[in-house]
Amino acid sequence: MASTTETTETPALAITVDFSGGLEMLFSDQKRHSLSIPATDSHGKPATIASLIDYLCKNTMKDPRAELFVLDDHIRPGILVLINDADWELEGEETYEIQAGDNILFVSTLHGG
Amino acid sequence: MAPALCAICKTERALIKRPKNHAKLCKGCFITIFEDEVHHTITSSQLFFPGEKVAIGASGGKDSTVLASVLKTLNERHGYGLDLVLLSIDEGIKGYRDDSLETVKRNATQYDMPLKIVGYDELYGWTMDQVVETIGKKGNCTYCGVFRRQALDRGAKMLGIKHVVTGHNADDVAETILMNLLRGDLSRLSRSTSIVTGDNKSDVKRSKPLKYSYEKEIVLYAHHKKLDYFSTECIYSPEAFRGSARALIKQLERVRPSAILDLVRSGEDMARLVPIEASSSSDCRGKSDAMPVGLDDGGGGCGSQSGQSPGGEMAVMEKELRENEAAEGLEIDVAKVALGGKEAEKERPRELAIRSLNKAPSSKPITRQVLGNCKRCGYMSSQEICQACTLLEGLNKNRPQIQI
Repeated sequence: MASTTETTETPALAITVDFSGGLEMLFSDQKRHSLSIPATDSHGKPATIASLIDYLCKNTMKDPRAELFVLDDHIRPGILVLINDADWELEGEETYEIQAGDNILFVSTLHGG
Repeated sequence: MAPALCAICKTERALIKRPKNHAKLCKGCFITIFEDEVHHTITSSQLFFPGEKVAIGASGGKDSTVLASVLKTLNERHGYGLDLVLLSIDEGIKGYRDDSLETVKRNATQYDMPLKIVGYDELYGWTMDQVVETIGKKGNCTYCGVFRRQALDRGAKMLGIKHVVTGHNADDVAETILMNLLRGDLSRLSRSTSIVTGDNKSDVKRSKPLKYSYEKEIVLYAHHKKLDYFSTECIYSPEAFRGSARALIKQLERVRPSAILDLVRSGEDMARLVPIEASSSSDCRGKSDAMPVGLDDGGGGCGSQSGQSPGGEMAVMEKELRENEAAEGLEIDVAKVALGGKEAEKERPRELAIRSLNKAPSSKPITRQVLGNCKRCGYMSSQEICQACTLLEGLNKNRPQIQI
């Protein structure tokens, strides 16, 4: 979308990103997003969860309330991240290197019912 | 990174890392252990008796949906013999509750449980939308909290049910303990830690079977069992004191996941230090009825999100201070007692004096509140007119002129 210049230079990774538990509000009320993200970050390193979060904030989030998703440049405490259904704590959290076809789920535990 | 194997079955790939003990589990073993632990909580606290009719305070949110699902599973698996009913409160907030009630209606079909919805409009003649229209957004949570507390009980009574279970989880309890600690409210802290509230004097008892379940695990349970729940935020709820306590707890969890259950245990241990008179007097329904906001029993409604507006906070504080003072005479300073009585005796009056400087002088005697019935609605109350009727009186005086 916004980063056409980068995507022409660097190969892209096709992934799906899901939002639930109320987070979908921040992403156009859409639970599933099929994305093509740059395979490397701005420093030429392989794309990680950290760079994905940055990408989502810059490109996918339409809501101005970014602080409901990130706090001090990290995912907001209380939001769970599942990488291919596994807790990201088992996968290296922010340092996990994203593979093509990955499914990343962000689910908030912060919202009431 | 090579995928870790489940610590229990040692065959499946681990998908969950448990916050309480860092155990890495596969989906199947996690679901089993989560249910087993709730079963253990239920049996060790003897929450139910065979044949008991139990209403599940259902909001359509993750906690009450998981509670309904787990209770149904355990009831069938272990033959509890419970008669389970879903009880929902309709506060009358357009765009908030009407959507989540749709979820509860689906849950009723999915879990094959009868559903009862009681509305603020039928109980009080006011929807929360109308309340906010009249008094504004400031302080409306006080009304909602007082109304909800009664509404769940009244709904249960309509169904002839004496036991309401709510989806309060370990994070909610930890949050409430922290808040009561920060308020210096030991007697309420004591009550907020107990798994069952309401004693034999009250008509309806409340319990929290998910008291030791992490919010994270509740969300993961709902995810892996593909439960149908609704997430929303009350459109009127401000992020006040509870919001800050919640954020702090979530930050602590990131650094030290066991902190949440540790806080719950600390709360329970502190509760044991509160003299029986002080804690049991606050167990009395009459007294809890007098409390402005259901802090420990958020109810099936906005539950953990029941923030207080800054406006109502002062009035609430005043009230609490008065209640605290009443309980204070019953409190024992453990450290001082241990040191030896004499010094403690000298210091105590001074402490009281310091505290009472913060508020208008009041010579309210320390008396146990007597449970009676509200003269207006007949609902149990320690005052002549119950909290809900008092609020209603004010509301009715200010009913907008548009009404004909």
